[in-house]
Amino acid sequence: SKTREALTSEIQATLFDTLDEETWERLEEALIMADVGARTTAGVVGQLEQEATSGQVEGGPALQERLIELLAGIAKTGTDTIDLRHEPTVIMAVGVNGTGKTTTIGKLAWHLQRELGKTVLLGAADTFRAAAVEQLTRWAERAGCDIVTGPEGSDPGAVAFDAVAQGRERGVDVVIIDTAGRLHNQEDLMNELAKVRRVIGKQMPDAPHETLLTIDSTTGQNGVRQAKLFSEAVPVDGIVLTKLDGTAKGGIALAIAGELQIPVKLIGIGETLEDLRPFDADDFARALVAP
Amino acid sequence: MFDALAEKLQETLSDVRGRGTLTEDDVNKAMREIRLALLEADVNFKVVKQFTQTVKERCLGAGVLGQLNPGQQVVKIVNEELTALMGGSSAGITFSPRPPTVVLMAGLQGSGKTTATAKLARHLKEAHGSSVAVAACDVYRPAAVEQLVKVGTQAGAAVYEQGTDKDPVDIARWALDRAKTEGKDVLIVDTSGRLHIDERLMQELKDIRKAVKPHAILLVVDAMTGQDAVNVSEQFAEAVDFDGVVMSKLDGDARGGAALSVKAVTGKPILFASVGEKLDQFEPFHPDRMAQRILGMGDVLSLIEKA
Ligand SMILES: Nc1nc2c(ncn2[C@@H]2O[C@H](COP(=O)(O)OP(=O)(O)OP(=O)(O)O)[C@@H](O)[C@H]2O)c(=O)[nH]1
Ligand SMILES: Nc1nc2c(ncn2[C@@H]2O[C@H](COP(=O)(O)OP(=O)(O)OP(=O)(O)O)[C@@H](O)[C@H]2O)c(=O)[nH]1
Ligand SMILES: [Mg+2]
Ligand SMILES: [Mg+2]
Repeated sequence: SKTREALTSEIQATLFDTLDEETWERLEEALIMADVGARTTAGVVGQLEQEATSGQVEGGPALQERLIELLAGIAKTGTDTIDLRHEPTVIMAVGVNGTGKTTTIGKLAWHLQRELGKTVLLGAADTFRAAAVEQLTRWAERAGCDIVTGPEGSDPGAVAFDAVAQGRERGVDVVIIDTAGRLHNQEDLMNELAKVRRVIGKQMPDAPHETLLTIDSTTGQNGVRQAKLFSEAVPVDGIVLTKLDGTAKGGIALAIAGELQIPVKLIGIGETLEDLRPFDADDFARALVAP
Repeated sequence: MFDALAEKLQETLSDVRGRGTLTEDDVNKAMREIRLALLEADVNFKVVKQFTQTVKERCLGAGVLGQLNPGQQVVKIVNEELTALMGGSSAGITFSPRPPTVVLMAGLQGSGKTTATAKLARHLKEAHGSSVAVAACDVYRPAAVEQLVKVGTQAGAAVYEQGTDKDPVDIARWALDRAKTEGKDVLIVDTSGRLHIDERLMQELKDIRKAVKPHAILLVVDAMTGQDAVNVSEQFAEAVDFDGVVMSKLDGDARGGAALSVKAVTGKPILFASVGEKLDQFEPFHPDRMAQRILGMGDVLSLIEKA
């Protein structure tokens, strides 16, 4: 975005303006403040410092570029695209409460239909939270796609199964399953999630083809635990980093990519249909260290 | 049992054992461990800096503390300072002598406002026998009104809503009038999630505040929030000068350093802890327990007593 670019040019002037003892401290501070975490920060700062001391990289601008390269390198891991060749492709959204699953699904459905000309069917498998079904229904209306629902309090697996079955019957291109928010440390809820996944697999053998974990950009160091435990319950293929339109930098996604090799695939930058973007590791890296 | 930080400090300072007093070098070593532990717990970088400075000075000034070994000595000081910073015991909501007492809920998207609105309604009803109404002023998020109708009703509150076609400020004003007419003890106003940098919505929040003159404004903060908790709370404090905080999702396993950051930069007390999705999972906040949670020390006091 425009502000991001403006900020980036500013950082070039600040972080490596004068190279002194405090340079590394300033860099460390910038990364910690972006929620990158102490460990990943130490790794990046250590390497850059070593390259600078050994003369491999010289001067402010070169250091700046090398820093971005290092950060983007960590962020780039695995496949960062979503394979839509299955018929239908089944996508499941999972994550901690309030991180943006339902909203992301609405945006994604809209994007798939409008930009890629795909037909989409939503499955409202959050049967737990008050008015979660109504919320997803409203998004389906906005995005202009159909939705499969079950009664509140009903078995989420049954709704997911039904949605995939109907998706196959109707020959839609993509089925997206919403799930209830849950904390990763709640074992029974994580088992339930694993079960929803298995049930989907019973309807369509290799589905879900894509499991997306939403991570709120404001999340701190707990994000790594979230990603770890969710990916133990259901293999997570990618992260959607939501709410990047705030002031949080979402640096925890870097720690997740570095420690668990789970790529960020999409970013959320607002609450309207259009506010979903593909993840760009270089832009992200630049924004991370912008003041 | 010993937890992460306590154990590390014991290790770091083990060679000091028997010497009795701490040198500056020992203290610096200990501060590095404390700093890391606090950053790992998501306490804001700047808050950590200041905190370790305070602790360092106290450690250097501290004489030989009887039978405590150096590691325990530092742990004790850290725990005391952190507990002091977290604040005294929670005061809860102070009722207005002229009902209804109006509470305004605010916070970022998805932080847990609507859930906390219903939980607080239930809490006040159960604990004080109050008659409570909740007002649905989120007209933006899809099905936000339906959500409040459900959880508010479950909580035994009257739900005041006018759909999504009206202005939130007008709905708030209307709800207050109705609460007065219907003789409610408490009116809790749920608002839509908003970013602290969204000028239009922050202005709307100010306008709602002006319209209903709340006795308490509560900021709902997700316990998993990282470094940005400082920006968020500072800007909400500047806009509406909130009175206290509800920490939500404390049933997770995040250390919750955001609690310390918010308290340190705004001085506002944390009043309630939201600890689950069910409406009865809501309790007064305990600063001392939070201090130990942030440090990752299960039971520091018994550790020290055992010394
Ligand atoms: N500013 C901003 N807000 C967002 C974004 N994505 C989601 N939100 C908001 O965050 C809040 C929570 O989003 P939901 O989609 O309901 O989150 P969820 O993960 O489905 O929540 P649960 O189902 O309750 O666990 C809503 O107010 C959304 O409008 C984003 O990218 N930017
Ligand atoms: N585990 C857990 N979940 C919670 C807690 N408080 C709220 N939630 C969940 O977090 C999600 C968001 O809660 P809401 O109350 O809708 O949050 P909100 O701030 O009103 O969200 P917006 O109106 O979209 O800004 C829901 O799934 C809630 O069930 C809590 O203390 N623990
Ligand atoms: Mg949802
Ligand atoms: Mg709400």
